[in-house]
Amino acid sequence: MSLDAKTVTRIARLARIGLEPGEVDALGKEMGSIIDWVEQLNEVDVTDVPPMIGTGLAKPRLREDRVTDGNRRDDVLSNAPDREGPFYTVPKVVE
Amino acid sequence: MSYRITGNTGEWEIVVGLEVHAQVISNAKLFSGASASYGGEPNTHVSLIDAGFPGMLPVLNRECVAQAVRTGLGLNAQINLFSRFDRKNYFYADLPTGYQISQFAHPIVGEGKVLVDLADGTTREIGVTRLHLEQDAGKSVHDQDPTRSFIDLNRAGVALMEIVSEPDIRSPEEAGAYLRKLRQILRYIGTCDGNMEEGSMRADVNVSVRKPGEEGYRTRCEIKNVNSIRYVMQSIEVEAQRQIEIWEAGGEVDQETRLFDHVRSETRSLRSKEDAHDYRYFPDPDLLPLVIEQSWVDELKAALPELPEAKRERLEQDYGVSRYEASVLTAEQAVADFYETVAKGADARLATNWMLGDFFAALNRTGRSIEDSPVSAEGLRELLALISDSTINGKIAKEVLEDMVETGESASAIVERKGLRQVTDTGAIENSIREILAANADKVAEYKSGKDKLFGFFVGQTMKAMKGKGNPALVNETLKKLLSE
Repeated sequence: MSLDAKTVTRIARLARIGLEPGEVDALGKEMGSIIDWVEQLNEVDVTDVPPMIGTGLAKPRLREDRVTDGNRRDDVLSNAPDREGPFYTVPKVVE
Repeated sequence: MSYRITGNTGEWEIVVGLEVHAQVISNAKLFSGASASYGGEPNTHVSLIDAGFPGMLPVLNRECVAQAVRTGLGLNAQINLFSRFDRKNYFYADLPTGYQISQFAHPIVGEGKVLVDLADGTTREIGVTRLHLEQDAGKSVHDQDPTRSFIDLNRAGVALMEIVSEPDIRSPEEAGAYLRKLRQILRYIGTCDGNMEEGSMRADVNVSVRKPGEEGYRTRCEIKNVNSIRYVMQSIEVEAQRQIEIWEAGGEVDQETRLFDHVRSETRSLRSKEDAHDYRYFPDPDLLPLVIEQSWVDELKAALPELPEAKRERLEQDYGVSRYEASVLTAEQAVADFYETVAKGADARLATNWMLGDFFAALNRTGRSIEDSPVSAEGLRELLALISDSTINGKIAKEVLEDMVETGESASAIVERKGLRQVTDTGAIENSIREILAANADKVAEYKSGKDKLFGFFVGQTMKAMKGKGNPALVNETLKKLLSE
């Protein structure tokens, strides 16, 4: 199957990826074939098989409620392209 | 009485559900070791995890889980021993990772309920659908620069509990009562400070309308991020009104996210949230499912403080106060503690009347709260003891309380200093009364000829002559005796 142009455009917008008009059809075909491939899983009969969520081998390690990090503003802002004093800045976002 | 809005085509009922975001009280953030406290210098309470650096892995804070479980227990809700974290994907400048870690399919707390008391004395049960843990986002500052927004990530990653109600709310009053009750429970348990001004509790309000008796629900709108109980109530009213006008004009309400503008008292569409309901949730591969033990839940339950409902019932029983008095006294835990310190071993009725009357009035007058009350619970108890053992009478006690508020001195010290000790010497009382009766012979004659009302006049005159210090019972008794001579 091939995804229609509208779905491709919507997915691209959600992912904030700009598409050239010429790319939409080709991407629809590619994404469709990925879905087809994954859909092979539907051929397996999973009646009576409980869904596996995680491996069941490990429990998460939990953190104690102590402040052990922070106060490292220069590290945090080290990749900021347009730092202003203590802040990151971005093009103005107005609601 | 059911709440109804009257439109051109008759009456309408409103249907409201609330999603409350309550900031968890904890030292560190939900998945990092950075401080969760409010008000640090910009971007100082931030770890590389919160800033979304590549390769950084989240580790869940145990205390935040405990806080969610405690809250669930306080809401009489089901605690899910298995829960899981999902990624909720959206792009926004104050969300560095491009996703919020939340719980979608498997929340830690399931169905519960909240009982709310309404002004007409009735009680309503509002269902809780679920409570889940999630991260807060950072803060955007828009007014520092003409072309740029500034981003502070101190809040990013702080633990929130999202508490979702069933669409059981049918009036603005019920919405307000639900929020107040929820806040009261959170504060009692100590899982959220409930401070709406600082944003540690805020609500998304889902509103729809329908004709009374109509089956099912019509399209709803979600009003985002309302930050006071009053605004929640107002926004419901104006949004319901807007929807009714659309339906009555033959239109359709669009499902959308809206913003409440309290200055203009209207809601506006938030077009930027067009894709808001397409979050493409999937299980966070960085986090194992959360499995907790029933024994741990039981431990947390055993350590819960007495909750508002139980405390209210106990005060009714132990101190013989009315349901209304008990609900005022248990509105805040600190008030209830104060009351019990005063009332324990004292005359409970006297304690109740003084707390709810003169003491609260003094707090109001001085603009103080129970936490920084100018009079301690022990101090008030001492004052009441002086009334109970007839050292002073009730009228003088009011004066003493005012003096205590002003000077911070103890009740007994003020009574001694000002010589306010009640006169219980019958001889002295008798002398005062004889003088009054002698000076008002005409009134005595009137009284004896049947004008009973003058009795009050004689009491007043006697008390005045005794500077208010006469024992009221003895004054009455002696007056009766002398007047019938």
